[in-house]
Amino acid sequence: MNPIVDEISQSQLKSDLPPFKVGDGVRVHTKVREGEKERIQVFAGIVIARKGRGINETFTVRRISYGEGVERVFPVHSPNIEKIEVDRESEVMRARMYYLRDRVGKKAMKVKEKRLSASR
Amino acid sequence: MIKTLLGKKLGMTQVYDGDNVLVPVTVVEAGPCPVVQVKTNEKDGYDAVQIAFRPTKPQRLNKPILGHLAKAGVEPHARLREVRLKEPADVKPGDVLTVGEVFEEGQVVDVIGISKGKGFAGVVKRFRAAGGPASHGSMFHRRIGSIGMRQTPGRSWKNQSMPGHMGAKRRTVQNLRIVKIIPEKNLILIRGSVPGATGDEVVVRAAIKARK
Repeated sequence: MNPIVDEISQSQLKSDLPPFKVGDGVRVHTKVREGEKERIQVFAGIVIARKGRGINETFTVRRISYGEGVERVFPVHSPNIEKIEVDRESEVMRARMYYLRDRVGKKAMKVKEKRLSASR
Repeated sequence: MIKTLLGKKLGMTQVYDGDNVLVPVTVVEAGPCPVVQVKTNEKDGYDAVQIAFRPTKPQRLNKPILGHLAKAGVEPHARLREVRLKEPADVKPGDVLTVGEVFEEGQVVDVIGISKGKGFAGVVKRFRAAGGPASHGSMFHRRIGSIGMRQTPGRSWKNQSMPGHMGAKRRTVQNLRIVKIIPEKNLILIRGSVPGATGDEVVVRAAIKARK
């Protein structure tokens, strides 16, 4: 790509992103506009996929809400995302955790948690 | 006031606009365009300015053009183009037009360029004909089909869509919004796509049919 176009695309990216991976439990703080007012809404769940590169990068967060699975896809670099908090890190063996969709009950949100290092 | 600039298409990307919406944009390097000649109603019968674009080496140009540019005190430029004006020009030869002065963010523009050449194309690609079924014994896939009636009228109508050369034609895309202007780099970010390949020259002008 043209270096000037590249630079413009780069300028749209966020530099303060927390490093989060597929399998992590996250809390996504999104800006919601209601008429004139703006407020923050939190969507908490497990990141089940991260797709795309650069400005096109998106991630999918899945949670169980009142017994119903809910997934939301966020653009990683969207200015509407106030911040992303990583609650829980985990060890997963898949790049895309779509198998969680077929699970019901307690198993639906079960992911192997990452052992924190021995020094802690 | 002159509301036209010559530019070069640099490519496309996406940016977030003021409402945090991701919009597709074409990056165009527009100008700086020095004014080479001012035509006036008294002298030439109409009002216009001739502007130049893309600095080049003097040995790439012929003597008449070099002399014409030197008369206006303009460095050698590869492209010259005339812009018609409704009222007498408020510039003089040697003045330089830049994006920051000519356009503003949020303005609606038309972009003129030469579309990408597609070669000899059939009716499905060229005129969006539906084409036939792909299988189930069909032997009518992407053919043109009927091109007329019977003894009356006994000929095909004018403008009957047929295969032929497609693309590589001057095309205008109207009413594209300017998302952003970067004056220090002579760049404008125009929402949507514009004719031509990356690196092609385009003309950017204020939209003539812009809704008020």
